[in-house]
Amino acid sequence: MSSIQSSLDRPQVEEARFSFSSHLYDWVSTVDHKRLGLMYIVTALLFLVIAGIMATVIRLQLAFPNGHVVDPDTFNRLFTMHGTTMVFLVGMPFVAGLSNYLVPLMIGARDMAFPRLNAFGFWIFLFGGFLLYFSYIGGSGLSGAGSAPDVGWFAYAPLTSRAFSRGASTDYWILGILVAGIGSIASAINVIVTTISMRCPGMTFSRMPMFVWVMLIDSWLIIIALPPLSAAQIMLLVDRFMNGNFFNTQNGGSAVLWQHFFWIFGHPEVYILIFPAFAILSEVIPIFSRKPIFGRPAMVGAVAAIGFISLGVWAHHMFAVGMTSWSNTFFTASTMLVGIPTGIKIFNWTATMYGGKLRLDTPMLFCCAFLFQFLIAGLTGIMLATGPFDWQLHDSYFVVGHFHFTLVAGLVFALFAGMYYWFPKVSGRLYNEKLGKWHFWLFVIGVELTFVPMHFLGFLGMPRRIYTYAPDRGWNFWNLLATSGLIFQLPATLLFVWNVVHSAIKGKIAGDDPWDAWTLEWATTSPPPEYNFETTPEVHSSRPLWDLKNPNDPDWRFE
Amino acid sequence: MDAVLTTPKPPPPIGEWHLPDRGTMGVIFLIVTETALFTIFVVAYLVYNGKSLSGPYPKDVLDLPILASICLLSSSATIVFAENALKKHRLGMFKLWWLATILLGLEFLVSTGMEWRKLIYEYHLTVSTNLFGTTFYSLVGLHASHVIVGMCFLILVMLVTLRGFPIATQERRVKFLSWYWHFVDAVWIVVFTVVYVIGR
Amino acid sequence: MRSLTLLVSALLALPAVAAELPENHITNIFKPLATPAESEKSIALLVFAITGFIFVGVAGLIAYTIWRYRQPSGVHQHEEPPQVYGSNQIEVAWTVLPILIVFVLIGVSARVIAAVENASPPAAALKVTIIGHQWWWEVLYPDYGIITANEIHVPATPDGKNATYLQLQSADVIHSFWLPQLSGKTDLIPNRTNFMWIDPREPGIYVGNCAEYCGTQHANMLLRVVGQDPKSFKAWTIEQQRRAVDSPNAAEGGAVFQSLACVNCHNISGLGQASSGSKFGPDLTHLMLRQTLGSGVLKNTPENLRAWVNDPQVAKPGCLMPSMKLTPDELTKVVAYLETLK
Repeated sequence: MSSIQSSLDRPQVEEARFSFSSHLYDWVSTVDHKRLGLMYIVTALLFLVIAGIMATVIRLQLAFPNGHVVDPDTFNRLFTMHGTTMVFLVGMPFVAGLSNYLVPLMIGARDMAFPRLNAFGFWIFLFGGFLLYFSYIGGSGLSGAGSAPDVGWFAYAPLTSRAFSRGASTDYWILGILVAGIGSIASAINVIVTTISMRCPGMTFSRMPMFVWVMLIDSWLIIIALPPLSAAQIMLLVDRFMNGNFFNTQNGGSAVLWQHFFWIFGHPEVYILIFPAFAILSEVIPIFSRKPIFGRPAMVGAVAAIGFISLGVWAHHMFAVGMTSWSNTFFTASTMLVGIPTGIKIFNWTATMYGGKLRLDTPMLFCCAFLFQFLIAGLTGIMLATGPFDWQLHDSYFVVGHFHFTLVAGLVFALFAGMYYWFPKVSGRLYNEKLGKWHFWLFVIGVELTFVPMHFLGFLGMPRRIYTYAPDRGWNFWNLLATSGLIFQLPATLLFVWNVVHSAIKGKIAGDDPWDAWTLEWATTSPPPEYNFETTPEVHSSRPLWDLKNPNDPDWRFE
Repeated sequence: MDAVLTTPKPPPPIGEWHLPDRGTMGVIFLIVTETALFTIFVVAYLVYNGKSLSGPYPKDVLDLPILASICLLSSSATIVFAENALKKHRLGMFKLWWLATILLGLEFLVSTGMEWRKLIYEYHLTVSTNLFGTTFYSLVGLHASHVIVGMCFLILVMLVTLRGFPIATQERRVKFLSWYWHFVDAVWIVVFTVVYVIGR
Repeated sequence: MRSLTLLVSALLALPAVAAELPENHITNIFKPLATPAESEKSIALLVFAITGFIFVGVAGLIAYTIWRYRQPSGVHQHEEPPQVYGSNQIEVAWTVLPILIVFVLIGVSARVIAAVENASPPAAALKVTIIGHQWWWEVLYPDYGIITANEIHVPATPDGKNATYLQLQSADVIHSFWLPQLSGKTDLIPNRTNFMWIDPREPGIYVGNCAEYCGTQHANMLLRVVGQDPKSFKAWTIEQQRRAVDSPNAAEGGAVFQSLACVNCHNISGLGQASSGSKFGPDLTHLMLRQTLGSGVLKNTPENLRAWVNDPQVAKPGCLMPSMKLTPDELTKVVAYLETLK
């Protein structure tokens, strides 16, 4: 299955024979989905580190009452930039990067449907990120020296109006995200069209890998849910630059309308972010259990149901706004309903593992941890969905604990699982399994230490987004415990970076299919050649490589 | 894997494999995402309808833009005629109908401009005056900006055709552009209804 | 005159009495001290029970599965396990059961939502209007004509029949009113009026925070509710209704207060203007009856008051009261005047 490879397909480290500038030109001008996918993911990881440093400073400030590590304005900018970066500059590029790299390979295609649109999407996303961070230099507020936005990642009106957010820092928030959002929408349209129009012969929709299904539905959510954010941001620009009245409460505008528009985007957004985790789990768990995914049609149906219902739950972020009891009850109901298909997925993943032969390597360890963590996160979600309970928990550290559980103990765990799983395919080499396990255990301990205490802080009445607190509120111990998790998370992350970099250079050669897997990306070399497949594959079931390896028991007999 | 001693049954043949054209799909999903964008502006308009704290109010200042609407909606018809002419390789007729489309679109834009001039200078309605002003200029302006983008592409096609580029080879792209144009017209129907019928 | 002096000195003793009230600093939502928080706790316990049950069951299943079917790592198994594709019955079972559980939760939630939200105030109920500012609370008692700030006094009501009804508004951005042991929170939104009610059962001091990020000093926009027995509450309202007592030896300070910019932001009734409501800053008429300064950021002691007036940016950096750069002499006079505002 090996093919002649040009050196350009090898990881960058072997560029001794080529000049740096020609190599750079190749990468900057590329339209190859694999390279763009990698660029998305590497950029996302860089922003993850930056936002992680911000989180470290936040936790240091909150470790003790009456902290003086940073002043209030700096703290407020830190949590705003931390949240904004994590959602838009880490989560979204991971969505784009994973789908761009893997979808064409998994459907047996040569590239995405619109390669140049793909490149455009990446570069405009990157530009949006630069715009946001340029605010540190260019955002001068009253105090003169430039500053980043400090309005929180959901930027409620009228705090974001000219009257209460002077200078340009909020404008950088608006423009940076608006521009990056265009990239997300472009990438999403690309994924949808690729999935519809570029599948290899025999790959009907029902034979598409679970990963592709999930990313397809994810892309649908993006093209429907991102425009409301763009619209609201354009309206805010009209308010700020043209004295418009969309959210101007002095002239009849409604601050609540911003919340409605934002959360109509914002809630589907969190599902947009978590879907890659579902996608990764649905690929890794079957391979490491040596069994097909349990209940494929139900799994696809569950993802579709989550996507659809998630468009109707947004006001559970607004239970304290004073909506009518009818509205509050409706959104309590819809939010609880969306938890059901998610639960079904957890059951199906477990059933996939049941009766299998579980190979507990690093990707699978992260998947197992995800199952427990996401179960907890989902259940704390049910608590938050209960309107009256939410009246206490809303805007408290309980919410912070909940969404960090879903995103760190959920999404990030799954992303690590995926990165370890596909590392051999992307780099052509095997990572160090022992280091991987160390990374896993250190990181899990750190995450539990940091985010479990936050739930208790919520019960004890600690609100979010406060730069300090008095020593007599009973919050000291849990805050210190939360900060102590950093002791484990930081070395864990360093281990991961070392493992990736070192193995990419010196790891054992992986071969085409080191995991004995069943989807098409493992049917070509590691890393794949620029054209992906020597001949266009033809498939007859959802596990084409299983069929090839098990000619006496092929899937197409049952499907 | 174990060597196969007996030949296992082959899978059923795949047969014809036709997938939807990607350009077509691309334009469709572009329209879907743009619809989501316009929907929010329409919702804002409806939510704030009748809630302005001070005048001018819609019924005082808005006249039905009948001529502009007829022109814009007719341009959807003329663009179809142009497409048909292109299919039949009647380049002269194509250029004629294409020009008609451009002129009708231009009339719409000029009409809108004149309406806005009147609103601003005579009635002193600007984007900052009240909720009506903000939502009106935003929604109608968003639509007009989409018309302008469409016009740019229409003019580009016109120029390129006049310079002798074989436009007949670009039937597919002309088709996509016309779909975009139909979308812009459909949005106008919604905007017209919401702003000039319901909102007044 | 004598009875007036007696009354005044009796009333002056009140802050000390207030300080003897139990202070609830640990605001545990599971230790409710009023009806809304009580019903929210009940539903919380129900949700805990259900989710706890689900967690034990599902996590147990996952843990068992991992433990039972794990293989030593690094060894490639040559024989694949039985390839099971799914089971429709199981899918239906574990879809229907969660739906039933969810319907129960929805029903209970609907009941509690209605009970808390749709409670309408009886005609004689105490009504308090709270207006949120960056970063302090304006507190009005319209039926009594009282304007104060940051510290809210309400009658404690052991039988729950004397609830206080709050009307919530905002003068600038969105804030949120949260006293965890009394009730869940409700937002204060400009151009909108929200309603909530609290009925503290026992006299005591209840603390809370602004719970919606509102800018630089959101962290120090603290809430203080003083629940009092009916007699003490009545006495407090009478005190609050008085105009500021003009003590002769603080006349100089009063003149300083008026001649400097203080009077542009702060109202003090009895300074010759009609009491028309708070201006940009809190009403200071009865400043000395409040236990804290700067909406909870400092205890109201003479040293703290002097430090605050000298430069509020030290204790609450970024707050909207600037340092007026008073000379030490002006400072002493103004503070002496403020200390007469009981």
